[in-house]
Amino acid sequence: MTDGDALPTAREGARIDVEDVAVSFGETAVLEDVSLTIEPGEFVGLVGPNGAGKTTLLRAMSGSLEPDRGTVDVDGAPLHERSSKGASRLVAVVPQNTGLSFSFDVRTVVEMGRYPHRSRFSPPGEADREAVDRALERTRTAQFADRPIDEVSGGERQRVVLARAIAQQTPVLLLDEPTASLDVNHQIETLELVREFVAEGRTAVAAIHDLDLAARYCDRLVVLSEGAVLESGPPESVLNRNVLAAAFDANAVVTESPVTRTPTVSALRATDAEATVPDRVHVVGGGSTAASVVAELAAADCTCTVGPVTGGDAAAELARGQGFETISVEPFAPLSDVDRAAVRGAIEAAGVTVVADLEVGAGNQLLLEELAGRESIAVVEDRPFTERNHAGERARELYERCRQRGVVTPPTDVLEAIAEAATRTEPSRTELEADDD
Amino acid sequence: MSAPNRIVAWSVALSTLLVGVVIASAALGPVRIDPLTVSRVILNLAGVGAHEVPATHRTIVADVRLPRILLAATVGFALAAAGTVMQGFFRNPLADPSIIGVSSGAAVGAVAAIAFPALVPIGSVHLPAFVGALVTAFLVYAIATEGGRTPVATLLLAGVAIQAFLGAVISFMVVHSGENLREAVIWMMGHLHRSSWGDVGFALPVTLVGVLVLGAYTREMNVLLLGEEDAQNLGVSVERTKLLLLALASLVTAAGVAVAGVIGFVGLVVPHMMRLIVGPDHRILLPTSALAGASFLVIADTVARVGAFGLPIVPVGIVTATVGAPFFLYLLTSREVHAL
Repeated sequence: MTDGDALPTAREGARIDVEDVAVSFGETAVLEDVSLTIEPGEFVGLVGPNGAGKTTLLRAMSGSLEPDRGTVDVDGAPLHERSSKGASRLVAVVPQNTGLSFSFDVRTVVEMGRYPHRSRFSPPGEADREAVDRALERTRTAQFADRPIDEVSGGERQRVVLARAIAQQTPVLLLDEPTASLDVNHQIETLELVREFVAEGRTAVAAIHDLDLAARYCDRLVVLSEGAVLESGPPESVLNRNVLAAAFDANAVVTESPVTRTPTVSALRATDAEATVPDRVHVVGGGSTAASVVAELAAADCTCTVGPVTGGDAAAELARGQGFETISVEPFAPLSDVDRAAVRGAIEAAGVTVVADLEVGAGNQLLLEELAGRESIAVVEDRPFTERNHAGERARELYERCRQRGVVTPPTDVLEAIAEAATRTEPSRTELEADDD
Repeated sequence: MSAPNRIVAWSVALSTLLVGVVIASAALGPVRIDPLTVSRVILNLAGVGAHEVPATHRTIVADVRLPRILLAATVGFALAAAGTVMQGFFRNPLADPSIIGVSSGAAVGAVAAIAFPALVPIGSVHLPAFVGALVTAFLVYAIATEGGRTPVATLLLAGVAIQAFLGAVISFMVVHSGENLREAVIWMMGHLHRSSWGDVGFALPVTLVGVLVLGAYTREMNVLLLGEEDAQNLGVSVERTKLLLLALASLVTAAGVAVAGVIGFVGLVVPHMMRLIVGPDHRILLPTSALAGASFLVIADTVARVGAFGLPIVPVGIVTATVGAPFFLYLLTSREVHAL
């Protein structure tokens, strides 16, 4: 055993090298040839569905589990080649479940984090007390430091375990679902704390269930699926529709959160209509109804065009984020001939046109004239038209014609309505051809 | 109060209680002796001054009562300390010092020596009991260990299985023990009559050394309460510590059982009482439990010896079971069982 005394000081991070690691429990392979390098000062999030092997990978990194094949080096050597105390001065673990069903007070539990730093017969020193106090403070657990651990809430308990790991003052921190049982404010606090830890140059790896939080706080995401690394890279590049479909079997759309400016994942219901949605759909309208139509279509792997819309509109932003074409217009301006032609082109190129809770004003009344008379239209209605009509009787007539020919639907059944509208395209073309003869 | 001060305060208080209990116990019996006279005899024995005492009282206290009382204190100290360790080790409130079969092993050795003196011609019951206890503990540990790991659950179940098997062996020997039946039964109930200074000379050093070393591992015991994986992540060398705790607790138990037979409930009930009072921290729980266990068994044995409250004179195991079983039932219905 090499002794862990010649360790880097706690301020520096340590590199973790996972090489061709395979772990199986009995006949079941849990990890298969996982290779991964985590650099000092990096916060890596392990994401993936339940049973993908996230916890197992963390346990292999912490030395709790020796892999069947492959090696895990932390700071240049496998943990199991170090002394137990040496290993624990290098890596701290925040496990998902800790057997805290006895009544130690919170401070005593956090003091246990100092175990690897103390010798058997010496009382706790100044450094130990300082580390414990600081850990209690940083995790906001100091105010209940004297309460028995089995009498604090689950979320508080999780923070106590984090405090214990922080008091350990290690270059590497491994966390298994650190936010799982926390309130939303404490989730943020916890991950902010890990970010601070990483900003000091240390290394953190966390299994995180919540993809949005993972994307928001991690430098890099590693997507595990069925015991193998499916993708690894910055959140923006890793989180996409295809990866999510492959890893989670999810019908999801990734957008940029307007608040945090980081990727946010919206999983949508799987739908039978998906197969029959046309390849290309044009969406007319703006606001949240149109945005959710665009998201559902994107998740159904359908290419959208959107317009006319004003620049900052939610649907326009979303569409652009997905790489879809939009026809942008000035707010409140009448539809120009150029834009009208562009919209007509988009409608004709699309299999179905969706009229999404459209607000009609003097400016875009012409739009209804483009739409009226077409068959393959899905009219999505959230509010009654009278509330959305600022143009008058003529607009109401045109809109009514759209409703009569098209498929009218509430926002909840958009894909089904689009699929139905798509079937109407065929007979109408045959009619047109018959007319030509 | 800070943790070290609490430990000292409690230890001093419980040591004082123990001294008081020992003196009171030595004063009681068929011949009542003034506690002051008892104190003088004890001081003489300890070599502190040379006090004037009547010769008969000196003989009764020093040669008859004190060996038995000190043996009771030693055994109580040992069983309560071992029980504390085992309950923490197994994270199971119902664990007792003999959970891995130490008492059954001792009983096999002792009953064999009592029932078939021709086959086990040692002349002493202590040695075969002590050896039987240690061999059994080692056997259970070896059976439960696989690939360098000794899962606690396997250990527990292996202990139960071995105890059941040894129970059959003991029953067989008891049935065929003929005229030695009564003695075999009394041994198994736990008894302290016929105690000698020799018994004390054997049990006391083993117990003191064992508990002192255990005392150096109380922080490990605390961390192990978090679960083995957490303990390992915090730097405890888990398997090595488990082996050490198990070996020392078994050794101390074996020393107690070898000289006093199977005295139940001391190692189960006393650690629980102390846990209710001082909390689960082993740094304070281990010394206080051991000291309280010593006082408890001295009191219980005094009742057994003197026949207090109009009771007949009985083996001490009957007294501890009479007090312990109701307390055990109380624990079963209380929160304490769910939260160690």
